[in-house]
Amino acid sequence: MARVVVDVMLKPEILDPQGQAVANALPRLGVNDVSSVRIGRRIEIEFAGEPDPDRAREIADKLLANPVIEDFTIHVVDDAVAEVV
Amino acid sequence: MRIGVVTFPGSLDDGDAARAARIAGADAVRLWHGDPDLHGVDAVVLPGGFSYGDALRCGAIARFAPVMDSIVDAARGGLPVLGICNGFQILCEAHLLPGALTRNQHLHFRNRDQFLSVESAGTAWTTSFTAGQEILIPVKNGEGCYVADERTLDQLEAEGRVVARYLRGNPNGSQRDIAAITNEAGNVVGIMPHPEHAVETLTGPSLDGLGFFTSVLRALAGPAGVNAGGHQ
Repeated sequence: MARVVVDVMLKPEILDPQGQAVANALPRLGVNDVSSVRIGRRIEIEFAGEPDPDRAREIADKLLANPVIEDFTIHVVDDAVAEVV
Repeated sequence: MRIGVVTFPGSLDDGDAARAARIAGADAVRLWHGDPDLHGVDAVVLPGGFSYGDALRCGAIARFAPVMDSIVDAARGGLPVLGICNGFQILCEAHLLPGALTRNQHLHFRNRDQFLSVESAGTAWTTSFTAGQEILIPVKNGEGCYVADERTLDQLEAEGRVVARYLRGNPNGSQRDIAAITNEAGNVVGIMPHPEHAVETLTGPSLDGLGFFTSVLRALAGPAGVNAGGHQ
């Protein structure tokens, strides 16, 4: 079964307070060599037929990401093989 | 005058918004998210709450509700629309207002009485105020940090479209202390704090919230009204 994966990230210039909170917690784990953490969202879409990256792009643009604050990337994952596209 | 108040699944403040409209002297008309019919209302309030459980992003799903298609069309034709809290988030997601509301910078939910400065008394929802007036109304949000690119912020400032700013402490990290903005025509206003919770002495910190509702009634009634001629 092939899926289209959409990764949504806050734009670099938008502050990510969640990522900062995680980064600030890392020293408590003994991790002191991380300079930045940013948190995004991964969305997996399964189509009834063949995976359709163009359709996924439309979905991402209209709903999954808010272009005012977020960027997204799209790729197709085939569970049987490796990642393509 | 008929003020419509939309109920989405997860709306919380629709009852208070309808009550505020009634106290201001309007007929409150309850509108349903799944019904595209606006039932001839003269203005619309999108209330606070967590529409569709804030799934994905606040307001992202509500934007596609059947009632929103009608409201977006009517708002572009001049219908006064006030989005409060989640309603403000929905207006941004629907592109009726620029920018976006993001997680409070300190990550804490803030619930307190908040002083604001009314920056523009020229919108359909703020004619009862004077520019520079200080008001006190509750704020309660987890994602109220207004963000937009510098160009958009400069444009909002230059065009007098910042409607209210936080005073004596910014509760969420909002850029330029922005608490409320309006569209170019002045009929659509989004505000993060809650005027509908400040309309009675028993429950509110002041009666300052009432001014938003009396403003729209005035705008609708008089030729002095601001870009607010109903949606017909």
